[in-house]
Amino acid sequence: MSITRRTVLKGAGAVGAIAATGRLAAPAVAQGASVLKFVPQANLANFDPIWGTQYVVRNASQLVWDTLYGVDDKLQPQRQMVEGEEVSSDGLTWTFKLRPGLKFHDGEPVLAKDVVASLTRWSARDPMGLMIKAIQKDLVAVDDKTVKWVLSRPYPKMLLALGKAGTPVAFIMPERIAKTDPFKQIEEYVGSGPMKFARSEWKPGAIAVFEKFKDYVPRSEAPMWLSGGKVVNFDRIEWIIMPDPATASAALQNGEIDWWETPLSDLVPVLKKNRNIKLDIADPLGNVGSFRLNHLYPPFNDVKIRRAVQMALSQEDYMRAVVGDDTNLWKPCPSFFTPGTPLYTEVGGEPLKGKRDIEAAKKLLSEAGYAGQPVTCLVAQDQPITKAQGEITADLLKKIGMTVDFVATDWGTVGQRRASKNEPGKGGWGMFHTWHAGSDCVSPVGNIGIRTGGEKAWFGWPDNPAIEEEIAKWYDAKTLDEEKAIIANVNKMGMEHVTYLPTGFFLTYQAWRSNVSGIVGGPTPSFFGAKKA
Amino acid sequence: MLGYILKRVLATIPVMVFVALFVFSLLYIAPGDPAAVIAGDQASPEDVEKIRKSLGLDRPFIARFAEWSGQILRGDLGRSIFTGLPVAELIAQRIEPTVSLMIVTLLLSVIVAIPIGVVAAWMSGTWLDRSFMGLAVLGFSIPVFVVGYLLAYVFALQLDWLPVQGYTPISKGFWPWLENLILPAIALGFVYIALIARITRATMLEVLSQDYVRTARAKGLAEGGVLFLHALKNAAVPIITVIGIGVALLIGGAVVTESVFAIPGLGRLTIDAIVRRDYPLIQGIVLMFSFVYVLVNLAVDLIYTLVDPRIRY
Repeated sequence: MSITRRTVLKGAGAVGAIAATGRLAAPAVAQGASVLKFVPQANLANFDPIWGTQYVVRNASQLVWDTLYGVDDKLQPQRQMVEGEEVSSDGLTWTFKLRPGLKFHDGEPVLAKDVVASLTRWSARDPMGLMIKAIQKDLVAVDDKTVKWVLSRPYPKMLLALGKAGTPVAFIMPERIAKTDPFKQIEEYVGSGPMKFARSEWKPGAIAVFEKFKDYVPRSEAPMWLSGGKVVNFDRIEWIIMPDPATASAALQNGEIDWWETPLSDLVPVLKKNRNIKLDIADPLGNVGSFRLNHLYPPFNDVKIRRAVQMALSQEDYMRAVVGDDTNLWKPCPSFFTPGTPLYTEVGGEPLKGKRDIEAAKKLLSEAGYAGQPVTCLVAQDQPITKAQGEITADLLKKIGMTVDFVATDWGTVGQRRASKNEPGKGGWGMFHTWHAGSDCVSPVGNIGIRTGGEKAWFGWPDNPAIEEEIAKWYDAKTLDEEKAIIANVNKMGMEHVTYLPTGFFLTYQAWRSNVSGIVGGPTPSFFGAKKA
Repeated sequence: MLGYILKRVLATIPVMVFVALFVFSLLYIAPGDPAAVIAGDQASPEDVEKIRKSLGLDRPFIARFAEWSGQILRGDLGRSIFTGLPVAELIAQRIEPTVSLMIVTLLLSVIVAIPIGVVAAWMSGTWLDRSFMGLAVLGFSIPVFVVGYLLAYVFALQLDWLPVQGYTPISKGFWPWLENLILPAIALGFVYIALIARITRATMLEVLSQDYVRTARAKGLAEGGVLFLHALKNAAVPIITVIGIGVALLIGGAVVTESVFAIPGLGRLTIDAIVRRDYPLIQGIVLMFSFVYVLVNLAVDLIYTLVDPRIRY
């Protein structure tokens, strides 16, 4: 066949004609089906909420797996899969009864043995679960609907442990899946939640699809955070992975997606101008920025040097670098706990308040005998939040006269290097930045940054047995007032010890098309009750 | 010819072995820890260590390399550390968008660049030549992502002619498929067009000064025939070489283009794998790209014989 000039011109004309008719709609997956296109905060690279504890995995998991309890907006655990519970008068035996009608996506009923296996796997990985496991005498299925958990000493925070939002969440899986080693990934994704995971359509890094589970029976209460009726008004929810924020912004403006979980703060002004787009705070619990110090080696093994940095650190500088000048998005946080939540306290937070005193910091460094040892700062450049914080830190440390060894690297490398207990000059480190989800900082449960168990503590290995003893008291506290008093002490002691340096509290927006309604803020994206016109 | 092809295919084996060893070694010494990424920020050091052990990352280099080599020899690329899915399945999921993008870009580039190069050489020294070559410099100078954002802004957001992002498989129709590829192909093809156009111009300039071109003109052949039938055919070998080399350029450019236009192709898979230190996946992708590149080079060598009968293997 020969290609002539006329053939080429005919072809071009045909293409032009198609273009002139306007853009053809992409074929619908199912005609008439209600589809929500959602861009999550990150790639759903794995789908095992116990094995991998990333928030994106938890958020997707809440669609597929259900929980025994779920916290509401008051952070109180409410019944979800359970019909009722009983605790013995000595507080040692908990009995849970499952509500009727619970069914897995493969059609099998949810039985007590599934709960036992799921809680066994979860308790091997979760900090609260490990505490319960340490005092566990027995965890058994009494009958198909009843689970009994017998402890050797009371654990008043049991319901919070089973309903908390922090990862890993105690999701209930079929026994055969839950029997997987907690340090190995599950290979089957069957749950009893309101949506089924479309495994065949999962392209990690590109798309994850959830389809409505018709046999799901939601609770009658209104949905509120992780509690209440999980009513889904979509036949299909597509999670579309978009690594580039500018692309996600353009796609939202163009109506190609319905909901973007984490718009970059720089792009928010553009979105605000578009009347087809609505914006609101995504998670009112926000995040707490962290300046993590290595307590094992100089210079930060000396509390005076840690305090010198603390008195010079300006949370405003950090927050403006992280989220910009929108004052709705940040506030100072002279605390290790989440502002606006019941246990929030600023007791002991004075060193982080008021005018920052560079000269006093220099003087304290001199008194401490600081001899110019370099501070190895691990700064992940691929995470905007850590990059922004790192740049402020380098400036701060130089201002107070410290020597900075700025290691610009990526998050994968920080993840590896921060685990090293070597000296900073021999593969170790002096400080790194991260941030903690506000939902983790509402109490000591997921607030790993405040722990001071030395070798057993989180990276940086702060060692202060008195703080640990105080935290242990909180787990046994029976009233809110009692809890508040303990937390005030924990905060004060932590600030004095300078366990780590909170760099401020910040929030992020979420954005959606105006034809979508019913979206409310919470620790996870709330699909339940949302509708699309 | 068949013997030559066989020899060339066999010669890819040591190349692939070298690539495999090099990539594996590079990843072994590279910093970063997939176990830490999997465990998440809240995980304790003990949990990270347990995950590392369960993934077999605590084993020595030789043991890991031997196991991986054994898998490769059995035709098994292994499983992704993160997703738990077979590497071959992950690659297969992503091949179509990348191959589509490369084909459309290649066609677009050749269709646009060769006439530009030919005309520029024919009108050498005129304003048209200088304009074309100025555009070529622009093509080399502007990064792919800048072109991409500009195109998306104008043609998707402002004019609403084309979508901003995504990919539709060709099985769902030709136009939906092409619609998603037009802007990415133009963005990615910009530099490629510049490269091919410049090489075409330079080669054509040399050919157009040859005696047989003067003879063709003297015997009254139309200028189009002189340019496209006589001169271009004789200038084809270097142009084909550049097109072949440019495939590597396209593979690199696809990484950025796929991110900007949210195309779920191999480029994005590569980036995700590197960021997460998903070693089996990185190794699988690099091996595949190396193999493709070797094949492209072989194809280029074979095409030489079609355009230049003097070349024989």
